[in-house]
Amino acid sequence: MRIKCQKIVGGHAIGDAIVTRQPINFLTMIDSATGKISYQNHELFGKSVKGSVLVFPKAVGSSVGAYRIYAMKAASAAPVAVVCTEQADIITASGCAISNIPMVKIANAFAQVSFESGLRLSIDATNEEIVIMRNK
Amino acid sequence: MDLTRREEQLLNGAEGDAISSAYRILSAVGEATSASKLVPIEWAHISGVNYNTIGEAGRRFLEEFCLDAKVQVKTTINPMGFDRDNTSSISQDFIHKQMSIVNSYKSIGVKDSFTCTPYEAYHLPKTGSFVSLAETNAAVFANSMLGLLTNKESALSALASAITGKAPLSELRINELRTPKHTIISSLEMDSELSYGLLGYFAGKEIKASSVSLNGVQIRGIREAKALSAGIGTMGDLGMFSLNSESKGEVISFGKSEARSTRDDLNSAERGDIILFGSPQLGLPELNLLAKDTEGKKFTKPCFIFCARQIHNQAKSTGLVDRLERTGAKFMCDCCICLTPLVTKQNADSVVTNSVKGAYYMNNANKLNVALQDSKSITKEYMT
Repeated sequence: MRIKCQKIVGGHAIGDAIVTRQPINFLTMIDSATGKISYQNHELFGKSVKGSVLVFPKAVGSSVGAYRIYAMKAASAAPVAVVCTEQADIITASGCAISNIPMVKIANAFAQVSFESGLRLSIDATNEEIVIMRNK
Repeated sequence: MDLTRREEQLLNGAEGDAISSAYRILSAVGEATSASKLVPIEWAHISGVNYNTIGEAGRRFLEEFCLDAKVQVKTTINPMGFDRDNTSSISQDFIHKQMSIVNSYKSIGVKDSFTCTPYEAYHLPKTGSFVSLAETNAAVFANSMLGLLTNKESALSALASAITGKAPLSELRINELRTPKHTIISSLEMDSELSYGLLGYFAGKEIKASSVSLNGVQIRGIREAKALSAGIGTMGDLGMFSLNSESKGEVISFGKSEARSTRDDLNSAERGDIILFGSPQLGLPELNLLAKDTEGKKFTKPCFIFCARQIHNQAKSTGLVDRLERTGAKFMCDCCICLTPLVTKQNADSVVTNSVKGAYYMNNANKLNVALQDSKSITKEYMT
């Protein structure tokens, strides 16, 4: 299955999806050394975004969150690609741009696809196309 | 977003890697916010100065990035991790890493402001100017109280704007998009600065837009405006409020029960071992109010007042610093509550503060419990 998306940061990556409908504050909710969600009240608590395609609504909170995305990349703990389902926010866009992480936005994401963790996704940001390569 | 031919060249590395990276960031942010083009800005304010916020990866990034960059516009920067004149409780390792970050920023020509309230300490561009402010309370304050036009920038997008002198023309830089389409009607008696902080935090969490109208709310002084701006900026998308605009679109109520549940989200202790004033850092009007409320009394717990060095110097010359120090309170310049290495689990189980933003960071970053109380009740309860 192929889905159109909007390119925010170009590039192409393949990985397993980790999906949440809750926003992330990259400064206070994630351990940038491991990519693990460290905030107890987040539904992804204890799970890691490392090496995966992070599908989430948007970043919220501290403007320094952008550096935490870069810190994850420097620690090889970053997602391989990022999909924003609500808003391509400035924190995520700038963090992915400096870290060379492909980033896209999908309008009405969940109306189009029932995104769930474990889907294998190909994110071709440059050509604005997502391919679901394998169902869960 | 369309780039000019010159901007394309700079993106492709005509003037080196730092400028190229900056244009990469601005291009991504331009796409993200549906900007049509880049516009010149008059002022940038950068966050990501405290070593505790950007860490080793950030420190190394800046070390390299700042080698071939220079700011193109007036650029102020956020607080760092400690007071430059009072480093006794800070480890040599932390000082070394923090100063490396400070030196990187200084090398590109920023002002050594170390403040989250640059709007109180510096001369501002004229109303209607485009600016690029990363510190969230400053972005909200500038849009809402000063008529400056900024998006709620990230640490990296503001850095990119500082060294290119440009920012995407989008969202809150476009007059029509500043008009709120969401309204909060408050029925709460706004009896302290804490009420404003709680309203702000509630608005930031509830409203999924960049601008909101707050109806039934009056702002009597800068303390309320700062508490509101900081609360709004702590979480969410909001980068601007206006007061009592014609209500249309989505309307949400804010009353006693909303204020109580917002406070319950952030309040995790009954009492605190350390008293913290100043997120945002306090300005002269707030120092004056605090001096009045504490005259002739002494704090029963350690009390820290965070403020910008420029403000401290002004307050020193009028005797205000001495008056407040007679209460036992200690001033901390250059730094602020958020992610400070000064207050940790080693020296306290819990803190008391009147700052909603400070409470959020003490809870979630410093992992301390927080008693959230307004200034008047703190000075009543914690003084003899």
